[in-house]
Amino acid sequence: MFGGIDYGVVERALPLLWQGMLFTLQLTGLSICGGVFFGTILALMRLSSFRSVSFFAASYVNFFRSLPLILVIFWFYFLVPKLLGRPIGGFYSVLIAFVMFEAAYYCEIIRAGIQSVTRTQVHAGYALGLTYGQTMRLIILPQAFRNMLPVLLTQSIIMFQDTSLVYVVGLKDFLTTADLISNRDNRPVELFVFAAIVYFIICLIGSNSARRLQRKYTI
Amino acid sequence: MNYRWDWGILLKDPYFSWIASGFGWTCAVAILAWIIALSLGSVIGVMRTLPHPVPRAIGTAYVELFRNIPLLVQLFLWYFVVPEVLPREAGMFLKRGLPMPEFWTAVVCLGFYTGARVAEQVRAGINAIRSGQRQAALAMGLTLTQVYRYVLVPVSYRIIIPPLTSDFLGVFKNSSLALTIGVAELTARSRQIEEYTFQGIEAFATATVLYSVVTFAVMALMHMTEKRTRIPGLISLEAK
Repeated sequence: MFGGIDYGVVERALPLLWQGMLFTLQLTGLSICGGVFFGTILALMRLSSFRSVSFFAASYVNFFRSLPLILVIFWFYFLVPKLLGRPIGGFYSVLIAFVMFEAAYYCEIIRAGIQSVTRTQVHAGYALGLTYGQTMRLIILPQAFRNMLPVLLTQSIIMFQDTSLVYVVGLKDFLTTADLISNRDNRPVELFVFAAIVYFIICLIGSNSARRLQRKYTI
Repeated sequence: MNYRWDWGILLKDPYFSWIASGFGWTCAVAILAWIIALSLGSVIGVMRTLPHPVPRAIGTAYVELFRNIPLLVQLFLWYFVVPEVLPREAGMFLKRGLPMPEFWTAVVCLGFYTGARVAEQVRAGINAIRSGQRQAALAMGLTLTQVYRYVLVPVSYRIIIPPLTSDFLGVFKNSSLALTIGVAELTARSRQIEEYTFQGIEAFATATVLYSVVTFAVMALMHMTEKRTRIPGLISLEAK
């Protein structure tokens, strides 16, 4: 059953797999930054007292949350070069897709975080003569981010797992690299099991730290 | 942007039947996988709340394993690796004997993956019931099985309807991953139309509308179900 396992295959593939992992980490990191940035804006819009603004943000979030990520990747991979009139490379198309998609999920987390800070603090901020921007930036958001840090980390782990979907447009992330090598060497067992173990260890460390953060930091 | 619009292409053959059959496969994968996920997730979730440490440990191990590996990697493990590491006859059956191996692999993979999520919701639902109810049931002389059968499970399922709904919608959306192993579901079909005709916007828009409509319909339906089955005085997990 496990007789024909050749560990050397994985060892020889390590430099290439490392390249793939770097791509995955880069995409994850940039998507998290973009997603949290636009997610915060969307969350502030959703909580806005202007009806049309909050309606727009809510529609955006519900719409993107009803779609599969693969379809969104296809959309942007196809549409972005058409809109711009020139190809910008698969990486940027996919990055835009991830940021737009994840912003919808981050928005819901950030909104819950902002709502976890009591309303009286907003009133207190206004009473002190702070503007809306100052109240949000100096009082509400720092506390909100502290409260939602564990959930943000959990969502980022999901996002890290989701980056493997760039496989569908053939970008060379960690999983696609493993797949290419397994086709080249005809060694699917070793390479996919190795990929699964690597993802498992990284995500397990991530979800355990999310749990620790939850105990330690939540106000 | 210069783009040649042609919405009529969606009604032409074979594109219309591609979309229709793709939608059918998406629903088939999602519903069958959901049946597996719901049954497996219920068992694992209940196991994680039992007093005995062994079933708890098995349940925790299951959830950690299936939640911390990306779904696409799991799909490849089921499709490429499992037939190789099984005994020869079983592996040959999976590769040659089974009709539509891609379809069944996708169903099983999605079912096991979503099962871990359902298990977490079931556990959260049971834990959300005040421990007084469990103690009262035990004090009345019910056995542990009866406590679960008549008290804990019926109450917890009512309060976890909203998170379970989003898990079902998760399966529905995740069924699009089946295209990587060759199931011709909705997303795969819209991609195929784009490749054949270059009418990408029309093709992807059709898939987008179908996914959104099903999502909103299921959400509305489950919201109604939740209202009808709600026990007065209890809050749902979402509202918490």
